[in-house]
Amino acid sequence: MSHQTEDKEQELQAGDPNTTGHSWDGIKEFDNPMPRWWLWTFYACIVWAIGYTIAYPAWPMLKEATPGLLGYSTRAEVQQDIDAVETQNAPLWEQIEQVELASLKDNTDLHGFAVNGGAAIFKTWCAQCHGSGAAGAVGYPNLLDDDWLWGGTVDDIAQTVAYGIRLEDVADSRFSEMPAFGEILAEEEIAQVVSYVRSLSDAPHNSALASAGEVIFLDNCSSCHAEDGTGDRFQGAPNLTDAIWLFGGSEEAITETVMNSRYGVMPNWNKRLSEGEIRAVAAYVHQLGGGE
Amino acid sequence: MTASPETPKSLYAAREPIFPKRVSGYYRNLKWWILAVTLGIYYVMPWIRWDRGPNLPDQAVLLDLAHRRFFFFWIEIWPHEFYFVAGLLIMAGLGLFLFTSALGRVWCGYSCPQTVWTDLFILVERWIEGDRNARLRLWKSKWDAKKIRLRITKWVLWLLISVATGGAWVFYFTDAPRLLVDLFAFEAHAVAYTTIAILTLTTFVFGGFMREQVCIYMCPWPRIQAAMMDEDTLTVAYRDWRGEPRGKKHENATGDCIDCMACVNVCPTGIDIRDGQQMACITCALCIDACDDIMAKVGKPRGLIDYMALTDETLEREGNAPKPIMKHILRPRTMIYTALWAGIGFALVFLLFIRSPIDMTVAPVRNPVNVVLSDGSIRNTYDIRLRNMSGTDKPFYISLKGDEALTLQLEGADDQVAMVPANETFLQRVYVTAPRGSGPATGDRTEFRFWIDDFVNSARAHTDTVYFGRTTE
Repeated sequence: MSHQTEDKEQELQAGDPNTTGHSWDGIKEFDNPMPRWWLWTFYACIVWAIGYTIAYPAWPMLKEATPGLLGYSTRAEVQQDIDAVETQNAPLWEQIEQVELASLKDNTDLHGFAVNGGAAIFKTWCAQCHGSGAAGAVGYPNLLDDDWLWGGTVDDIAQTVAYGIRLEDVADSRFSEMPAFGEILAEEEIAQVVSYVRSLSDAPHNSALASAGEVIFLDNCSSCHAEDGTGDRFQGAPNLTDAIWLFGGSEEAITETVMNSRYGVMPNWNKRLSEGEIRAVAAYVHQLGGGE
Repeated sequence: MTASPETPKSLYAAREPIFPKRVSGYYRNLKWWILAVTLGIYYVMPWIRWDRGPNLPDQAVLLDLAHRRFFFFWIEIWPHEFYFVAGLLIMAGLGLFLFTSALGRVWCGYSCPQTVWTDLFILVERWIEGDRNARLRLWKSKWDAKKIRLRITKWVLWLLISVATGGAWVFYFTDAPRLLVDLFAFEAHAVAYTTIAILTLTTFVFGGFMREQVCIYMCPWPRIQAAMMDEDTLTVAYRDWRGEPRGKKHENATGDCIDCMACVNVCPTGIDIRDGQQMACITCALCIDACDDIMAKVGKPRGLIDYMALTDETLEREGNAPKPIMKHILRPRTMIYTALWAGIGFALVFLLFIRSPIDMTVAPVRNPVNVVLSDGSIRNTYDIRLRNMSGTDKPFYISLKGDEALTLQLEGADDQVAMVPANETFLQRVYVTAPRGSGPATGDRTEFRFWIDDFVNSARAHTDTVYFGRTTE
């Protein structure tokens, strides 16, 4: 064996044409040629690459890339996909425009489509004020709860979305205005009526002030908020007996409301959204947990 | 190859054409059987029907990519159970390790699709053009009418096999009988035609023209598998201590090898096994059959070329008997591979039997965490994804177990029942409310459990989740 190995070593040193002549710890490396077809695939790849840059947008120029002979563009492809989806959904949108909103829930498929479409519309146009989870903020109603200023049926909501709230130029806009009682009532009277209002929802209050405030409430507030304080949806007058406060339920917040009034507005979305989209977003809001 | 420094040899070499000769014997028969069984499974499998009820496909093996379902006879795998597929792939890997460490490149030689289809293509080639010598003559002859006729016949047959191969593949992904009709009516999806076209091309080129080039230059597996082999691994080897010096009888050669080149002529990768173990050998064992045949004819014992381990070589050179085959195969390495393989297999079977046909995923809505209702109660919302992994629509009764103060309500339903369509996932929003001033409403977090019940089949599942109250009020 060892004799044979020595022979091999000598042969290697002399330059065995089948090896590279390298030896690492006795391991030698064959010097096999590459298969010729491999070389051809390499050339084919080069040809393909050149052809590709001619057929498709590739070479950057001063203003834009070369357009390519095939005229392909990813933007055009996306537009095609969007158009295809819109064509496909067109009949559904038509159905939404015509359907009786109150019975939309009975049509499971159409309702599902409206809710999904409405969710996208809500996140685009409504989330800025009402929040992406529709939980609202101080001054912007929480749409998840069961308290509605102007009504919580799908039709009520669609009406609000379409024509907005307190828009003087929009004929069908929901409108009401609370007087600023700072100019009408004395400071003491305001303190009394605030305590009375807090007593309506069992919030901590001064009962002496509250009982004095009842008369003031009946004289000044009950025409809109009703004698029992449950409000009036026709005028968007909030229910003062529940646990929900749009502008805060603390003594300071209620005092501020009574003194200076509030004037929350919402845009009329019929100038931006189609009838179907308004109905879809109403259906979405209605099924968030508070719909009536 | 000879080259002098003045004329450096080319960096590239053309493929040496190989004309494997027909051979018969034990290993050839074994390989025919494996070819018939594996190709049979491949072509027939998509056509086996399996009744799963009206709402589910009736194809026994179906990879429904569009609906993310995998059907295998009585088993249906959903995307959330992908670990079954991962487990099977790991088992396939370990199985390959096991067989390689025990029997060398047995996968390459017997069951690799490249080997199986090449075998089939060579069989067709032999039917049309004749055996090795005839093919060699044809290859050297001019392009006359006969050569063109034979070549075209062969290529057409290869192409038919290739189309059938690519065609069979797509049947695994959609209902086979309907797709077959659609394919011929030119109504099938473009993806089906493209897939068939690509697989037809690869089958035709790899099986007809590339053959051993795929094994030698393209396949990564031969590079890796040397790591799994050791001195006890059985490989195809030549007993040079018995065969050498080789030569014809009248040349006064004393070895058993008569240098008839039978082993070289049958080799599908065109190598000489007498040079020893080498990269291009896929251990198809056809040289064993060829040599045994010659040894029988010249009256010598079989096994001049044989399955052998490196340890046997050392033993036999010293005149000892080789180790029994079982001693080669049963060694710590193979046992560890077997144990790992079986362990994963048992775990998968166990998981398969304990899985529930109904299931749910609970995602608490955290935007916002909770909502105050007009009566002062605090409500949390949960998106519950209900999974009905059966072939019939099922009512799921949803309930909760935990603090007494918590009550449950389903969006869009007056009761606690959600209808989940067959073989589908259904998203149900669920509200959990605690009255004003109650423990959960004023506490930070209250843990509770959702239960879903399918009373008809008495199946149930549960998920634990959390209710958040408002501690500031």
